[in-house]
Amino acid sequence: MSEQKNYLVGIFNDEDVLLDAVHGIREKGVKIEEVYSPFPVHGLDEALGYRRSRLPIAAFLFGMTGTILALSTQIWMLGFDWPMIIGGKNHASIPPFIPVTFEFTVLLSAFGMVGTFFIVSDLKPYKWPKLHDIRCTDDKHVMAINLGSNKLSKNDISDILKKAGAEEVNEKSY
Amino acid sequence: MSNHTQIADEHFVFSASLKRQILITGIVGLVLFFLGVFLAGNSSHEEHGSGHASAMVASVEKGATAVAEEHGPSLMTRIYTSLWHNNVFFAGIGIIGLFFIAIQYAAQAGWSAPIKRIPLAVGHWIPIAGALMLVIWFAGNHDLFHWTHSDLYDKSSADYDEIIDGKGGYFFWPLASGSFPLFFILRLVLFFGIWFMFFNMIKKQMLQEDLEGGSQHWLTARKYSAIFLVFFAFSSSVAAWDWVMSIDTHWFSTMMGWYVFASWWVTGLAVITLIVSFLKDAGYLKMVNDNHLHDLGKFLFGFSVFWTYIWFSQFMLIFYAHIPEETVYFIQRREVAPYSWIFFTNLILNFVLPFLLLMPRDAKRKVAMLKVVCPIIIVGHWFDFYNMITPGIMKYSGGLGLLEIGLALVFGAAFLFVVLNSLTKFPLVAKQHPLMQESMNHHI
Repeated sequence: MSEQKNYLVGIFNDEDVLLDAVHGIREKGVKIEEVYSPFPVHGLDEALGYRRSRLPIAAFLFGMTGTILALSTQIWMLGFDWPMIIGGKNHASIPPFIPVTFEFTVLLSAFGMVGTFFIVSDLKPYKWPKLHDIRCTDDKHVMAINLGSNKLSKNDISDILKKAGAEEVNEKSY
Repeated sequence: MSNHTQIADEHFVFSASLKRQILITGIVGLVLFFLGVFLAGNSSHEEHGSGHASAMVASVEKGATAVAEEHGPSLMTRIYTSLWHNNVFFAGIGIIGLFFIAIQYAAQAGWSAPIKRIPLAVGHWIPIAGALMLVIWFAGNHDLFHWTHSDLYDKSSADYDEIIDGKGGYFFWPLASGSFPLFFILRLVLFFGIWFMFFNMIKKQMLQEDLEGGSQHWLTARKYSAIFLVFFAFSSSVAAWDWVMSIDTHWFSTMMGWYVFASWWVTGLAVITLIVSFLKDAGYLKMVNDNHLHDLGKFLFGFSVFWTYIWFSQFMLIFYAHIPEETVYFIQRREVAPYSWIFFTNLILNFVLPFLLLMPRDAKRKVAMLKVVCPIIIVGHWFDFYNMITPGIMKYSGGLGLLEIGLALVFGAAFLFVVLNSLTKFPLVAKQHPLMQESMNHHI
């Protein structure tokens, strides 16, 4: 078993207050581990200082794989392995291969993106996420601060949270 | 986090040095054009033999030979072809200015509020393009349009063409086939007239809004825009049949309306984006930030792919069905230079390069990359229209030289002069646009 982790959990009602709070709290040198919200809050990623997702790069690479795989498979099958004449065209005639290539590119990049996302976010069957507060699935924004990764004391952080507009500040340990 | 920046009162200043540069470009274009005419005039005597040979190739196609073409197309035909090509191309950019505004209103888009004056300025080319279209048509109709020859409709003539005669009503109604193409001219005049009317109606609302404020002008402009879009959906297609497809009179493609529209649309977007980029660099459009550029970039990226989709849909069906009367269009464009190399260059300039260059997020958000991609798209679609129009008229002896490049520069300079000049006539940014605040907070 890993070490016990202690959290301070701030509950926010309004996303504008939340956004200002995130800015204010980070300026005071407090590290925020994560903010959970029931709906996407515009600008929250930037406020938390998250790096942009590299998922598009993965999508491009998967897409390229699809393009190359689809084209080469069709050319090999219809051009070399079992040459067939279809509609009087050459054996390996490119234009009819394009729709299949396009679809396969989309398929691989979509599946690849979903798979990558699952792996990166550690989503898998029988994995139950820790919910710092169940209300983040309903109507509250929940800010989780890991006390272990912060230098300030619990009371100081609690004060900062309350001043920033948190409705409640709870302690959680896992 | 709302941003309450005051809207600065911005006016575009068309500086004397910029005017001079545009004028010089135009003059250089004119010089190149005359040089091209001179060179072409000289070489057509020397290469008379080869010109005759290519005319013979063309005569294999039934009905493709008019009397004038027995000695190859004349120099005048080449000039008319280039004029028509450039005018159709730039007329499209002008009308896309209005179309862009109408789309923004109909979609109730907020992001575009600070840049709407640029497409408005681009729209000022519409009446000029319409006038030029009429003039060029009346000057060069027999050179440009095979279907204008009256003996094609005369059953007793040796040149009688049953297929074209069957299409006669589309050009000549209600007059007799082979006389004056009243229906065709009526459509040309009506389309430009109605586009210009809608342009003026929407422009009036936009400028009135500056003075009076409120949402009433925006709502009225939205209503006009919606009606215009319905009309444009129909008229852009018919315009494509009339001005582009009817050149290859025997041939037809159900994709042509969309194809011409897609080409116009992405070129227009590139022109708008390019002007926005240059204005931004010159210190104008303070409200326009990376997010607005990102939207324009996405438009360019998306509609470059859309154009490719239309291109492929047209090519693929004709290629696969392999019906001689349809494939002749692409065979003409694959066999001889310059059509053959333009055929592939077209795909590289208009699909491969924009697709790869605009794919990263930062490429769409930075002026530097947009300034590279926009000219590629504009030049690429100029070639696209070249291959749509020239092979049908010039058959196997189409030219691409100083003459064509010179005329393109002349048209480009005139277009830019008109657009930038009209940009000085009103504030560069709408003053009381109801969605301006939304646009300032725009964030993607």
